[in-house]
Amino acid sequence: MSAALEVKGLTTQFSTRKGAVTAVNDVSFSVQPGRILGLVGESGSGKSVTGFSIMGLIDEPGRIIGGQVMVQGADMRKMSTEEQRKMRGRAVSMVFQDPMMTLNPVLRVGDQMAMAVRVHDKVNKAAAWERAREALEIVGIPAPRERLQAYPHQLSGGMRQRVAIATALLHRPAVIIADEPTTALDVSIQGQILAEVRRLADDIGTAIVWVTHDLAVVSSLADDIAVMYAGRIVESGTAEQVIANPRHPYTRGLIDSVPGLHEPGQDLPQIPGSTPQLVNLPSGCPFRSRCPRATDICASFPHNTGTEAHSVLCHHPLEAT
Amino acid sequence: MTDPILKIDGVSKRFTRKPGPIVSGIDKLTGRNSTQTVHAVNDVTLSVARGEVLGIVGESGCGKSSMGRVVSGIYAPTEGTVTLEGKPVARDHRGNVEKLTTRVQMIHQDPFASLNPRMKVGEIIAEGPRIHGLIPAREVQERVRSLLEQVGLEGAYANRLPHQFSGGQRQRVAIARALAMQPDLLVLDEAVASLDVSIQAQVLNLFMKLRRELDLTALFISHDLSVVRHVCDRVAIMYLGRVVETAPADELYAKPLHPYTEALFGSVPTLGTGRARFHPIKGEIPSPINPPKGCAFHPRCPLAGPRCKAEVPRLVTPSDNRSVACHLQDGGTGTQTGATA
Ligand SMILES: Nc1ncnc2c1ncn2[C@@H]1O[C@H](COP(=O)(O)OP(=O)(O)OP(=O)(O)O)[C@@H](O)[C@H]1O
Ligand SMILES: Nc1ncnc2c1ncn2[C@@H]1O[C@H](COP(=O)(O)OP(=O)(O)O)[C@@H](O)[C@H]1O
Ligand code: SF4
Ligand code: SF4
Ligand SMILES: [Mg+2]
Ligand SMILES: [Mg+2]
Repeated sequence: MSAALEVKGLTTQFSTRKGAVTAVNDVSFSVQPGRILGLVGESGSGKSVTGFSIMGLIDEPGRIIGGQVMVQGADMRKMSTEEQRKMRGRAVSMVFQDPMMTLNPVLRVGDQMAMAVRVHDKVNKAAAWERAREALEIVGIPAPRERLQAYPHQLSGGMRQRVAIATALLHRPAVIIADEPTTALDVSIQGQILAEVRRLADDIGTAIVWVTHDLAVVSSLADDIAVMYAGRIVESGTAEQVIANPRHPYTRGLIDSVPGLHEPGQDLPQIPGSTPQLVNLPSGCPFRSRCPRATDICASFPHNTGTEAHSVLCHHPLEAT
Repeated sequence: MTDPILKIDGVSKRFTRKPGPIVSGIDKLTGRNSTQTVHAVNDVTLSVARGEVLGIVGESGCGKSSMGRVVSGIYAPTEGTVTLEGKPVARDHRGNVEKLTTRVQMIHQDPFASLNPRMKVGEIIAEGPRIHGLIPAREVQERVRSLLEQVGLEGAYANRLPHQFSGGQRQRVAIARALAMQPDLLVLDEAVASLDVSIQAQVLNLFMKLRRELDLTALFISHDLSVVRHVCDRVAIMYLGRVVETAPADELYAKPLHPYTEALFGSVPTLGTGRARFHPIKGEIPSPINPPKGCAFHPRCPLAGPRCKAEVPRLVTPSDNRSVACHLQDGGTGTQTGATA
């Protein structure tokens, strides 16, 4: 089967007063139809910029300086602005942490969803409303016909996020990029949305990139996991491999610092220091200053020392089991 | 339990939301009253022993922060009393403003908003003790230094401004500032919620270290069940302003008794291998403006019966150190089958 989304060597820079910042650095991954890739990392690691770069939504002072973004085999980066616009919403769409990035506060849900339908499909208004109703149903919104009449502010945060996801689904895109869509929601609402998203992938075959800082969420939702640190994917593999047998010292440290896995009251294993500034990032492995396994050779940038299926960018990876 | 140091007795906190000018104009014409009452905290009774850390858990809007603010003396309770070693900390409901206490210190979620950006960190830490005359002026610098070291920062950082610190370091500064007041009780409101996991672990370790060294008593407010399990001795679960269950942390996690607690645990994804089946709680959290009658959880509870719609469940004590507010633990719901649609 060919990948719904394939990203190769994606590199995005921002020019700042202090110098160039490579927010996304040689990032590669692919997502098959019906699979969910969890893109995990701490704040500032480059997750959102990766999402925006895939969507072609990087503006000045940012610039994609290299790489390919293949959606169903077509390279988005080779397309004209107009062609890219046609892909957005139809072949690939994005859901943001704040649903109001998608929703227009002064329009009824039905009107704005119908408009989104008619951007790409010339159907009449009644048919567009019907498509909107179906999409709300898919994401588990009760009484969808009534919700179409509502304005966004009349809905709860969880309901608004579902409307945003439903809007992303209107054209049955092959790929959805979801950037921390449940981070601001309560766990009971998050649980409902995760269950619906899993169904989307399983039943409709949508390929999903689920961006989050929450390891517990990806370990229970995703098929595959890619771990980002300082703009790079430092480890990727199936969710089972990465969680049960993390091979990069950073992934290991991240998993170890989650409180749920330890005897209550015990000191948590902690990663020393803090995430590096991307301006003037020293060469070599960016995790070097915090890494318990670092040696002199880590002053040169590590290549993949794992396998293709379970990759690790580290000179001294932990053992594969 | 040993003699409690903190007693929260029948505390309620209600807010009234007055309508805007247009709606109140309409109200005048029609004789309606659109003023709304938010039941943020509803008849809460809790106590905390010296040296104990009590976790307060619940979803957004259930009243955790409001409770924390009442305990800190920031809000006056609408009803009830809060006492620390027998002396009232909160202003009482008649509006008698007691001297605002220094014995309770609160640490907030947002380390950015809670520190004055124009003050040096040393001044921020020394401000409280200076105003309240807790330490002689000539000892202030030395005290600031040792506090900074106690929270894992270099003494020399006293001369820096807050923006020169990372989020985790700022939270350390906020902790040092609170400790400078030598409080009898700390109230931590989502103190690690905005930190990345690796930094969160550092701050949690610091909290546990300080706890051992200083025998701290604390209310630890959090929506994160695994963080609470890790650092708290006892936990109170809140839903729509009420405490629905309290228990020692290990017993609660081993066997929750309240259907909401159980459902909440079932909703939280845990770090493990293999895809989880999600068993989310159905429905949404109702508004605290018109909370459901009877048991506030009944519209979402799979075990609800007729009694649940009519009668507020009492907090009963199925064992010495646990309490739970559910009819199932107190004579039944009227029928065992009546799940509401
Ligand atoms: N100053 C205020 N005026 C009016 N309503 C308020 C005020 N403070 C809180 N509320 C309301 O009281 C209820 C409880 O709020 P509170 O902040 O205590 O919740 P919380 O449990 O801390 O939630 P979160 O997890 O989102 O921090 C909410 O409905 C809130 O909107
Ligand atoms: N518009 C911008 N200008 C300059 N730097 C930016 C801009 N947007 C993002 N960055 C930088 O790119 C890096 C990655 O950011 P982001 O993708 O938002 O991280 P994440 O989503 O993983 O938290 C950060 O260092 C951030 O400061
Ligand atoms: S390359 Fe070296 S510094 Fe980087 S993670 Fe591996 S061992 Fe640590
Ligand atoms: S009192 Fe009734 S509705 Fe409330 S939690 Fe118990 S069984 Fe459920
Ligand atoms: Mg982001
Ligand atoms: Mg709060």
